[in-house]
Amino acid sequence: MSGRILIKGGRIIDPSQSLDTQSDLYIADGEVVAIGAAPADFNADMMIEAAGSWVTPGLVDLCAYLREPGYEHKASIASESLAAVKGGFTTLCCPPATSPVNDTAAVTNLIYDQALTAGKAKILPIGALTKGLAGEQLSEMHALREAGCVGVSNLRYPFRDNQVMKRCLEYACSQDITIFVCPEDYALAKDGCVHEGATSGLLGLSGIPAIAETMAVAQWLILAEETEARIHLGQLSCAKSVELVADAKRRGLKVTCDVALANLIYTDAVIKDFNPAFHVRPPLRREEDRKALLKGVNDGVIDAICSHHQPHESAAKLAPFAETRSGMSVIELVLPQIIALTTSGELRLDAAMRALTTGPAQVLELSTGSLQIGSAADVALIDPTEKWLVTESNLVSKGKNCPWLDTEVVGLAYKTIVEGRVVYDRALMME
Amino acid sequence: MPSIDDELSPLQLNRFQHLRHFLTIEGLSRKHLTDILDTADTFIEVGSRSIKKVPLLRGKTVANLFFEASTRTRTTFELAAKRLSADVLNINITTSATSKGESLSDMLRNLEAMAVDMFVVRHAQSGAPHFIAKSVTPRVSVINAGDGRHAHPTQAMLDMLTIRQHKHKFEGLKVAIVGDILHSRVARSQIQALNLLGAEEVRVIAPDTLLPPYVDQFGVKVFSSMKEGMRDVDVVIMLRLQKERMEGALLPSEQEFFRLYGLSQDKLALAKPDAIVMHPGPINRGVEIESAVADGPQSVILNQVTNGIAVRMAVMSMAMSGQIAELTADEEVA
Amino acid sequence: MTSLIDVDAAMRDMVEKLKLLCAERNIDKPALVGIHTGGVWVARRLQSLLGWDGPVGELDISFYRDDFTRIGLNPKVKASSLPFETEGRDVVLVDDVIMSGRTIRAAMNELFDFGRPASILLVALMDVGGRDLPIQPDVVGASRRLESNQRVKLLGPDPLAVELREKTGSS
Repeated sequence: MSGRILIKGGRIIDPSQSLDTQSDLYIADGEVVAIGAAPADFNADMMIEAAGSWVTPGLVDLCAYLREPGYEHKASIASESLAAVKGGFTTLCCPPATSPVNDTAAVTNLIYDQALTAGKAKILPIGALTKGLAGEQLSEMHALREAGCVGVSNLRYPFRDNQVMKRCLEYACSQDITIFVCPEDYALAKDGCVHEGATSGLLGLSGIPAIAETMAVAQWLILAEETEARIHLGQLSCAKSVELVADAKRRGLKVTCDVALANLIYTDAVIKDFNPAFHVRPPLRREEDRKALLKGVNDGVIDAICSHHQPHESAAKLAPFAETRSGMSVIELVLPQIIALTTSGELRLDAAMRALTTGPAQVLELSTGSLQIGSAADVALIDPTEKWLVTESNLVSKGKNCPWLDTEVVGLAYKTIVEGRVVYDRALMME
Repeated sequence: MPSIDDELSPLQLNRFQHLRHFLTIEGLSRKHLTDILDTADTFIEVGSRSIKKVPLLRGKTVANLFFEASTRTRTTFELAAKRLSADVLNINITTSATSKGESLSDMLRNLEAMAVDMFVVRHAQSGAPHFIAKSVTPRVSVINAGDGRHAHPTQAMLDMLTIRQHKHKFEGLKVAIVGDILHSRVARSQIQALNLLGAEEVRVIAPDTLLPPYVDQFGVKVFSSMKEGMRDVDVVIMLRLQKERMEGALLPSEQEFFRLYGLSQDKLALAKPDAIVMHPGPINRGVEIESAVADGPQSVILNQVTNGIAVRMAVMSMAMSGQIAELTADEEVA
Repeated sequence: MTSLIDVDAAMRDMVEKLKLLCAERNIDKPALVGIHTGGVWVARRLQSLLGWDGPVGELDISFYRDDFTRIGLNPKVKASSLPFETEGRDVVLVDDVIMSGRTIRAAMNELFDFGRPASILLVALMDVGGRDLPIQPDVVGASRRLESNQRVKLLGPDPLAVELREKTGSS
C-alpha cells in the first residue's frame, strides 16, 4: 500500500535541510511531496496524528550483519530487516562476511532477492574487496557494483602484503567504487579481544592496542592520498584516529568515517567481570577515546554512527571471554541509546540525527536519509519519551546478545515507512 | 554512562559478604584475606597430626576440572580435598574437546547432575572460572586454580601465608616480583594480595617486553634493573619463565635473561640480609634462579608447597561454608 | 552480674569427684584437654586446683561438627593444640556445658585423630540435659533443667560465671 499519507503535527527533524520544526509531512507515490502546506488535490488515504513525535528520515546504517547467506542459525535477512525497521532504520548496508563470501554477483543477487521477499528495509550489500576476503586476488568489483554492491571491503582480514593493498585501492578507484575499511593492523591486533590497557592487564586478557587502529588509519590515509581512491573508515574507536581523519579531510582527501554505537557509550572498564556481552571489535577503549568519538560526531568529523549490529546464537556468548564471538545485537536499541546520549548532553540532537540519516547517505552517495521534496519517503516516526523494558521476547532480532536486556530504555520508533509504505507499525506488532 | 550490574554483589561473595566461590583476589577485603590465612594456619596444625584428615567435607564431592595440564597444582588440590574428607573426581580435559562453549556448558550440567558440590578449575583462558561460576547452580562452588594470565588466587594466598610465617606481618615489607610479569597470573594475584594486606612497597622487576601495559596502575613500582629493584627488599618472588617467550620476540635468550634477571647470590646480596626467596615452581634452574640460591638458607620454596595444601583446605571449606549459608538464607526467604 | 551457679563451689566439688574417680580407676596424671573456648577455661582452673603440672590441651572441634552442612564453618576457627602425646594416655576431656552431646562426639572423634587414648573421662561444669546422644559425663559441677527458649553461656576466663540467656523470637 503506497498511497497518500499525511503525517500531521510532528516535530520534523531533517538535518539534510537543517530542518527542525513542527509541521505536516505529505507523502504520495512513495515520495515526500510537501512539508507544511498541502499540495493541491492532496487527499490523504492515511492520516497519522504525530503531535509529540519526531518525524525523521528513516535511519541509515552503514554496517549491520544480517548473517545470510550461511549463518542462518544466528539470524536471517527476514528477521534482521524486521528488527531494523522496528529500530527506525530504512536502509542497511551488510558486510560481505557471509558464507559463501559476497565476492560474486550471485551472492549479491541472492541478498537482494531475500531483502525483496522480506519487504522491510532496503538492504545494500557491501562486496568483498578480495576474493574470499583472502587478501590476495582482486574481487570482480565491477560485477559486484553492477549487481548492486555499494562498496567493497576486506573487513578485518589481512592483505598478503602492502602491494596487494595498494592495487586494491588503485583498481577500486578506477571503478569508482568506495572501499569500506576496518582499519586494524593484523599482527598488532592478533589474539586480542579487548583494548590493551589497564583492564586488559588486570584481567589478563590479550589486548588490541590503540596503535593497531591508528597505524592502520595512517597507512590507509597515505595510500588513499597516493591513489586518490575513495575510502570510508568504519568503526573508529580511538581519539587519535578521529584526529587523523580530521586532518585528512582538511587536506581534501576523499575520506569518510563512522563510529559504532557501543564505542560511544562504553569504555573497557565495563568488562571488569568478564562480561562477554561487551566483547566487541573494535574493542571498547578509554574514556578519552569515547569523549573524542562523541566530539567527532558533534563536530561532523565522524560522518555516521553505525549500529555494528551482530546477532549471535546464544552459544556464541557461552564461553570464557576470549572464546566468545564478538559483537552485540543492537539495531533495535540505537534510537533509545542515542536519545539517552542526547538527554545526557553528550551528543547534540542535530549532530546525532545527521550521523544517522544524511551523514551515512552521503557516504553512500545516495539521496536517501532526507525528507527533501522528491526524495523517497523513508520516514521514521519516533516517540522520544516512551519507556520500555528490553526483554528477549520483545527483541525482534534473532540475536538476543543485547547488552541492555532487562533494562528500561526511553524512546522508540512506532511507525517506519519505506518509500511511502508502512513497513512497521508498533500498534500492529503488539497485537 | 549507563552502568550494568553495579549494584550486584561481587560474584564470589554471598549475601553476607563471605566467600562462596574463590575466583580472584580483586574485590576482596583485607579481612577476607586474613580470614583465609588464619583458617589456613589451623589446617597446618591438622597436617602435623598422625591422622591428617578432618571430616569437614565428608559426603561432598569435589571435581578437579583441569583444562590445562598441571600435575602439581592438581595434586595439592586433590590432597587438600581428601584431607577434608571430600570425594574427589579428577577430570583432565584437553581444550580441543571443549573449544565450543556449548560443550563446556553441557559438561558442567552433567557434573551438576552428578551432584558435584565444588569445581576446582584450571583453564588457559582468562575468566573461565568466572564464566563457570556464573553458569552453575547455587549448589556448586567454583575455586580458581589458575586461569590464563588472569589470576591464581590460591597460589598467591599460599605465598602470603609463607611471607606471614617468616615476616609475621606485611606492614613495612618491601617485596620484589621478578621476571615474566606479563604472562603471570600468579604475579597479578600476588600484587593484589600484597597491596590489600598492607605491604609497604611492591616492586616488579622485568624488561618492558615482559610487563603488562599500564602495569603502574596495579600499585607497583617498576624497575628494569635488578641492581636498583633488589635493594633492601624483604621478600624476593621469582616467576617462572616459559621457553616459548623467546619465539615472540619478547626476549633474546635464556642466557641473557639469566644474566640480567636471574637470581644469583650476588644479586640476592643487594636485598636485606634476612630476605626470603620464593618461587611458585616448577623452577628452571639457571634461568630464573641459581641452584645455590634455590637450595640456600634464604629459600622458602618448600614451605610454599606445604602451605599450599593448608591454604587450599581453608579456601575449599570457606567457599563450601559460604555456599551453605547462601542456600540456607535462600530457604528462609522462600 | 550474678552467676546462675556458684562456679567456685562447683569447681571444688568437681576436683574432689575427679580425684576420687582417678584413684578408683588407677589413673595417674591424666592429660587435661579442654574444648574451645569455655572448656579450656574450666580445664585450666581444674588444673590449678588439682595442682597437676604440664600443659592443657585445646580442641577446636569446628572441623568435626555434624552441622557443617546446615550452618557452615565457624568463622573464628582456632587451631587445636595438643602439646603432648595422646597415644595410650588417659585423657580428661573438659567442657563447660553439656547438652545434646554432639560437641563431645565431635571432640572424641578429633581426639582419636591425634592418637588412640587409653581412656577418656568426661568432665562438664554444667549439665543442662536435653541429650540427643548416649553420652554422659563422669563428673558434673552442677545440673539444671532449662526451658526450651533458655541457653547458658560461660563467661570468663576470670572470673568464671554462668549466664542464663533467654532467646526471644523463634529459633
